[in-house]
Amino acid sequence: MLRYTFQRIVLALAIVFFAISALYTVMITLPGDPTTVLLGPRATAEIRADFRERMGLDNPVYVQIAQFWGRILTGDMGTDFNRNRPVAEAVLNALPHTMALVFGAIFWSATLGILLGAFSADNRGSWLDRISGVLSVAFIAAPSFVVALYSLLVFSVWLRWFPTIGAGEPGDIMSRLYHLALPSFAIGLAWVGYVARIVRASMLEALGENYIRTARAFGLPRRTVIYNYALRVAILPAVQVLGVGIGGMLSSAVFAEIVFSRPGLGSLIYDSVSGRNYPVVMGSMLVAIGFFVTCALIADLINAALDPRHRSKA
Amino acid sequence: MNAFRHTLLGRLLADPLAVFALAIVTLLVVSAIFADVIAPHDPTAMNLVDRFATPSTTYWMGTDNLGRDTFSRLLQGGRIALYVALTAVTISGLIGLILGMLAGFGPRWLDNALLFFFDTLRAYPTIILALALAALMPRGLGTVIIVVVITSFAEYGRVVRTQTLSLKNSEFILAERAMGASFARIVFHHILPNVLGPFFILAAMNLPVVITIEAGMSFLGIGVPPGTPSWGATLKDGFDYIRTTPWILLSGGLPLILATVGFTFLGEALRDQLDPRLRKTR
Amino acid sequence: MTAALQIDDLTVHYATREGALQALRDVSITVPEGKIVGVVGESGCGKSTLINALLQLLPENATLPAGRITLEGEDVTHASTRRLRQMRGQEMSVIFQDPMTSLNPVLSIGRQMRDIQYRQPGNRTEKDRRSANMLGRVGIPDPVGKLSAYPHELSGGMRQRVAIAMAALMRPRVLIADEPTTALDATLEVQIIELLKEIQREIGCAILFISHHLGVIAELCDRVVVMYAGVAVEEGPVEDVFLRPGHPYTIKLIECDPGRLKVRVADLPSIPGSLPDLTDPPAGCIFQDRCERATEICATPPPRAPQRPGHWAACHHSGPEGS
Ligand SMILES: Nc1ncnc2c1ncn2[C@@H]1O[C@H](COP(=O)(O)OP(=O)(O)OP(=O)(O)O)[C@@H](O)[C@H]1O
Ligand code: SF4
Ligand SMILES: [Mg+2]
Repeated sequence: MLRYTFQRIVLALAIVFFAISALYTVMITLPGDPTTVLLGPRATAEIRADFRERMGLDNPVYVQIAQFWGRILTGDMGTDFNRNRPVAEAVLNALPHTMALVFGAIFWSATLGILLGAFSADNRGSWLDRISGVLSVAFIAAPSFVVALYSLLVFSVWLRWFPTIGAGEPGDIMSRLYHLALPSFAIGLAWVGYVARIVRASMLEALGENYIRTARAFGLPRRTVIYNYALRVAILPAVQVLGVGIGGMLSSAVFAEIVFSRPGLGSLIYDSVSGRNYPVVMGSMLVAIGFFVTCALIADLINAALDPRHRSKA
Repeated sequence: MNAFRHTLLGRLLADPLAVFALAIVTLLVVSAIFADVIAPHDPTAMNLVDRFATPSTTYWMGTDNLGRDTFSRLLQGGRIALYVALTAVTISGLIGLILGMLAGFGPRWLDNALLFFFDTLRAYPTIILALALAALMPRGLGTVIIVVVITSFAEYGRVVRTQTLSLKNSEFILAERAMGASFARIVFHHILPNVLGPFFILAAMNLPVVITIEAGMSFLGIGVPPGTPSWGATLKDGFDYIRTTPWILLSGGLPLILATVGFTFLGEALRDQLDPRLRKTR
Repeated sequence: MTAALQIDDLTVHYATREGALQALRDVSITVPEGKIVGVVGESGCGKSTLINALLQLLPENATLPAGRITLEGEDVTHASTRRLRQMRGQEMSVIFQDPMTSLNPVLSIGRQMRDIQYRQPGNRTEKDRRSANMLGRVGIPDPVGKLSAYPHELSGGMRQRVAIAMAALMRPRVLIADEPTTALDATLEVQIIELLKEIQREIGCAILFISHHLGVIAELCDRVVVMYAGVAVEEGPVEDVFLRPGHPYTIKLIECDPGRLKVRVADLPSIPGSLPDLTDPPAGCIFQDRCERATEICATPPPRAPQRPGHWAACHHSGPEGS
């Protein structure tokens, strides 16, 4: 287990390193004056010259990449020149909002998806199973930003059940949750479908296994057999897929944040792109990829922890 | 008649959901091809007198903030969506096919390197990467296609690699090799035909995803050039005027939902027909 | 005296694409209180189907067109779901065929043994103590430590013992064992048989012991039922059946056993020919396609021809030499 964990961490770090370095390389080798890209169009000629010198922009690419990582490791992610603050501050302020959104979405969609999938498998062929099968595909297909837009229109603008803007009052949990409801609904909907399908399939497989017959043969109550003995094995693949799915959710989160005018990584990046605020784009990208890789890693480790076969093999 | 029932199309027509999906997809494709003929108005013509018109017999889905006919714009938008989807899926599919076979056939180190490459690419959240690249590249369909290709060919690569690996060591290929069959013969006669099944299923499932990405990027203003009709652009207009003229938003989302749901159901049905074994995995 | 387990004319069909597959036809078996009855037959003759029918855990495509199963005088085939669940485990418990797959891989041994005691009195500690006790009884070293082990951490033999301990833990009236020794090597096999005998003496249960290994049956059982393609073809006391088999199939079975009941064989000896198509079995005797003694009359259902007291063979020409 230790060795496995270690290998996975090294792999995760390598992915972050290469993904970001590649993007940085594209950025500094693209035709045009990189100081414009890095400092924004408003910087004066002196500032540019000074910056060029300080950042070593005349050095070979690999030296520049090394220097870039050197700065990152000391916590210096550059300056947000639109608002004149360190990028690290901007990004770290935004991250919790995005995390709340993503985890909120995972929480409700995984719970519902697991129940739906287990129920469908348990009642295979029933009309509820068929409806849930069709709905799952429809949920997966419907673009999350259209879901966000439509739910904004229906529940906020027309019905006025939910707020249209912002992330709620700082410190007021109820207000925060209230503002989280619609965006996390929009992001999570597709995942209800994904999780339900995966759980249904692996549940059906588990229900055919010999150990389920054993449990039944010992007279264990039906509910224990299905929701404990079979489901425990059946959720393992869902955990894995959810971990990798965080990447997709980050993309959906960008839309949800823009549609519901929420602070977060997505709206930070969006605002920075229109202003060519490159250090912020780079910093957000770094955090986004780091977040994705960490989640995938955690999902992997959770999976290993839940599955004893995996645990001792690794 | 009986023979027809056993063809792929025949089997698809036996499944009501597949029929429904096929109908939607046909409708979309036909309306995209004949967009110019069907469209009651010029999709880019502004008519400032008729701004924000409600749906009527003249403007079936109303007009937008510049008085352009929404219905005509959506027809044209469908054309763009399908164009982007087909181009991007073809390019990323081909890259994935080549890299996947390389990984499957190549030496161990190459396989590992490519796998790592695929893993790295997967780490980029599509829309965030799109935003990052949008600031570096000119706005246009080319950028959209590049973003989609970068974020999706790894998936094809993976599937093709797995398939190639399992075939490479199968008995009939080992036998062919023992008999001295050339590399090209093995690839084109044995591996390729067997890889194509899962490959096309993946491509079919990928179409709606790409359509969504194009619409999403256009919604964010980093997709189609300004003024070009696109489902995403119409949605953006609708979002901007959500309180006053909700029908722009409502009609903008409709074709997008139809397209993604239609293509997804069709992909599902195809997969069920072509490879029942895969049913479990998703 | 009522038998511990009584099976009368049990018939089980599976719905398949080719039509109804007749997995069991008019099978009758009696297991008296405290006795061990063996069932022997080739792979595919319906042994597992028989067990699943006893537990009423047949797969969805199975039907039970005829037959009655009674456990201590109580009808199992018509029992309510609730009553059935009470019977399962407590009144009849099973040792399943494949120890590698019949334990839940993600739950510890202790947890699984505790769960099956959910009807028993006592708190968690007491249940764990009982479990450990039983694990010790079946010869598992460090039983307390093994409670926290997961199935994959144990060897096949150890898992088989766990399966036996679980069944024995319930102190059932009837213990059903589905080839509990096939997965084991010869030395372990002997130990397991001794163990079953011991358990049987201790809790006084009746055992229905299913195997395709003649030697084990001879070693352990009081009576034996020989099955072929879903039909019981011969039944009688063990020595009688093995020393003076009356049915041509049984005779072949014993002839083909190279060690003559002494040495273990990897698989059943082979008899020329193959099993009949169970979706369309021949009229009359089920064995006629492969039988050397077959005559015209064999196309009619064979009677249960008595051999010696309590020993019959379903054959028109039964007996050591045929008649
Ligand atoms: N669910 C099912 N559907 C259709 N046929 C089945 C089903 N289960 C078993 N059968 C068939 O019924 C017959 C008896 O099967 P069963 O599993 O009871 O045999 P067995 O004696 O236990 O064999 P083994 O020694 O291999 O375990 C076989 O021909 C088998 O193919
Ligand atoms: S009845 Fe006839 S065919 Fe059947 S076993 Fe006896 S002799 Fe053979
Ligand atoms: Mg069996």
